[in-house]
Amino acid sequence: MTDDVLVRARDLQVHFPVRSKGLRRKVVGAVRAVDGVDLEVRRGETLGLVGESGCGKSTLGNALLRLVEPTGGTVEFDGADVTAMSRPALRALRRRAVMVFQDPYASLDPRATVGQTVAEPLQVHGLHPGARARASRVAELLELVGLDASVASRYPHEFSGGQRQRVGIARALAGEPDFVVCDEAIASLDVSVQAQVLNLLRRLQDQLGLTYLFVSHDLAAVRHVSDRIAVMYLGRVVEVGPAEQLAADPQHPYTQALLSAVPVPSPALERARRRTVLAGDVPSAAAVPSGCRFRTRCPHAFDPCPDVDPALQAVGAGQTAACHLHGVVGSREARV
Amino acid sequence: MSAPARPAAPPVRVRPERGRWRATLRLLLSSPPSLFAVLVLLAVVVVALFDEQIAPTGFNEVDVSDRLQPPGAGHWFGTDDLGRDVLSRVVLGAKVSLQVGTVAVGFSLVVGVLAGLLAGFYGRWIDAVLMRLMDVLFAFPAILLAIAVIAVLGPGTTNAMIAIGITYTPVFARVTRAAVLGVREQVFVRASRSVGASDARLLLRHVLPNALPPIIVQTSVSLAFAVLAEAALSFVGLGTQPPAPSWGRMLSEGRGYIDLAWWIAVFPGLAIVVLVLAFNLLGDGLRDVLDPQQRSALEAARHRPGRRRRAEVRR
Repeated sequence: MTDDVLVRARDLQVHFPVRSKGLRRKVVGAVRAVDGVDLEVRRGETLGLVGESGCGKSTLGNALLRLVEPTGGTVEFDGADVTAMSRPALRALRRRAVMVFQDPYASLDPRATVGQTVAEPLQVHGLHPGARARASRVAELLELVGLDASVASRYPHEFSGGQRQRVGIARALAGEPDFVVCDEAIASLDVSVQAQVLNLLRRLQDQLGLTYLFVSHDLAAVRHVSDRIAVMYLGRVVEVGPAEQLAADPQHPYTQALLSAVPVPSPALERARRRTVLAGDVPSAAAVPSGCRFRTRCPHAFDPCPDVDPALQAVGAGQTAACHLHGVVGSREARV
Repeated sequence: MSAPARPAAPPVRVRPERGRWRATLRLLLSSPPSLFAVLVLLAVVVVALFDEQIAPTGFNEVDVSDRLQPPGAGHWFGTDDLGRDVLSRVVLGAKVSLQVGTVAVGFSLVVGVLAGLLAGFYGRWIDAVLMRLMDVLFAFPAILLAIAVIAVLGPGTTNAMIAIGITYTPVFARVTRAAVLGVREQVFVRASRSVGASDARLLLRHVLPNALPPIIVQTSVSLAFAVLAEAALSFVGLGTQPPAPSWGRMLSEGRGYIDLAWWIAVFPGLAIVVLVLAFNLLGDGLRDVLDPQQRSALEAARHRPGRRRRAEVRR
């Protein structure tokens, strides 16, 4: 079992302190961006992570790579505890677990050439030493992502968004990583370019045996690329399952609502289908509701919801959901 | 293209990393203001290096019978109240002014930028300690602080340079810190960290280059101030000691004779203006050339004069 899991988070928490105004700057509370997440990413799969903005999915992606320091819980990468890693071990992790960022206009240093950017992981980790070897590896990487090797001497501002994202991908892949977190990697691209980049990512996965965590608010895109999908709400993973199964038969009311918000490309069907529209706003992550965190907006909320925090439980083959509708299982103590 | 007389296109650079500095220099010199600045600075350096050979007379050859002569054939820049040749003193003062400018600003540049980088990048207590230290220095009026430093070190040109350097350090620290605060939050810094780059690498390869433009501008402004500060210190007798000439000293000494003999103050003043102007133009030129985006625009613009020339031929 352990063997086919590359990354495992257990009760992972990332809380950001809220400080009072004024000189003392006392800690008066915490924004619970990630609040007790259990998640497994299996070797070679693409796990889609969806949720509305502010639900903590990007923070979770960052915390898995320890780019954000977790407040509690553990992350295992290939059996090693990431949260307890020493500096050198962490540096080694940075080669094997990388990130592709959302905004290709901001994620490349405007004063570094494309070649310098792509070569950075090589230099940092002492791979392909020597200017000549490095240059040929950079050329190889650029061609791998569908760019011409000659662009190495050019600067980011000379490229389009899609091309820049390819450069970002080339940088991520330079150290031959196992695990790639795509943090909204296609969100700021044109739709036509999105498809190209998605196909590129998929081709690279086949070619290099990569494992992806695909963080996105775009459920349609996630469904298209993912093997499994995890749905996040207010700092917690509320449902996980195989992509098609979860899309066809969502078990958590939030997932149902989320899916019903995805437009169907057929006017007749679109008119005919039932839509679950959620009432109210997402509660603040600094004041998470007691019991089930979704109960304030849930159309099915009933007795146990305000008191018992639901745990993930099996609701189908390989599908788990955290909802009392599937039997009240509250292994988690109620958090205030 | 169509014109056979045009020189062949330069060969494609095989290893761009190496040719970049030369290309940058060529681009810098292709802009007239920068070219002017570089030529002026070269000229000042040459004058400062060979001042003894260039100056018609020694810096302190007093000839009272020849005092307050207007510029003319014998004395191109005239003579001062002691009958000394102003041209000679301007030439001999170049070394001091150039040294004060570069050494003092070099000192505050290195110390201030380092402090600003660390304070801005790490924040927290490092920021608090370094910047409060800078605030203490900044709280004193510049000249007063310089005088205090000299009171400790003793008067003289070298100590004046140190004093001026200390005085301008907080300016660089603040300018650098402000720029670093903006760059630090950029995604590309996080991206570099995510592939394992060390703090030192982040600071030197990514943060500093992107924080450079305001630092360059501050440098060229400070060079001007440093030359003038040296004048002020010399004026109160704490910098260059008489009778040795420095442009600043000559300017302040000649001030008293401005009605009677304008040339005593005007020529060293002009020398300061030209030097400072050259520093500023060079700073602007460097800032543009070092910015890849500006640079592309400059490179594109460079091809335009050629097109215009062809158009004229056709006419």
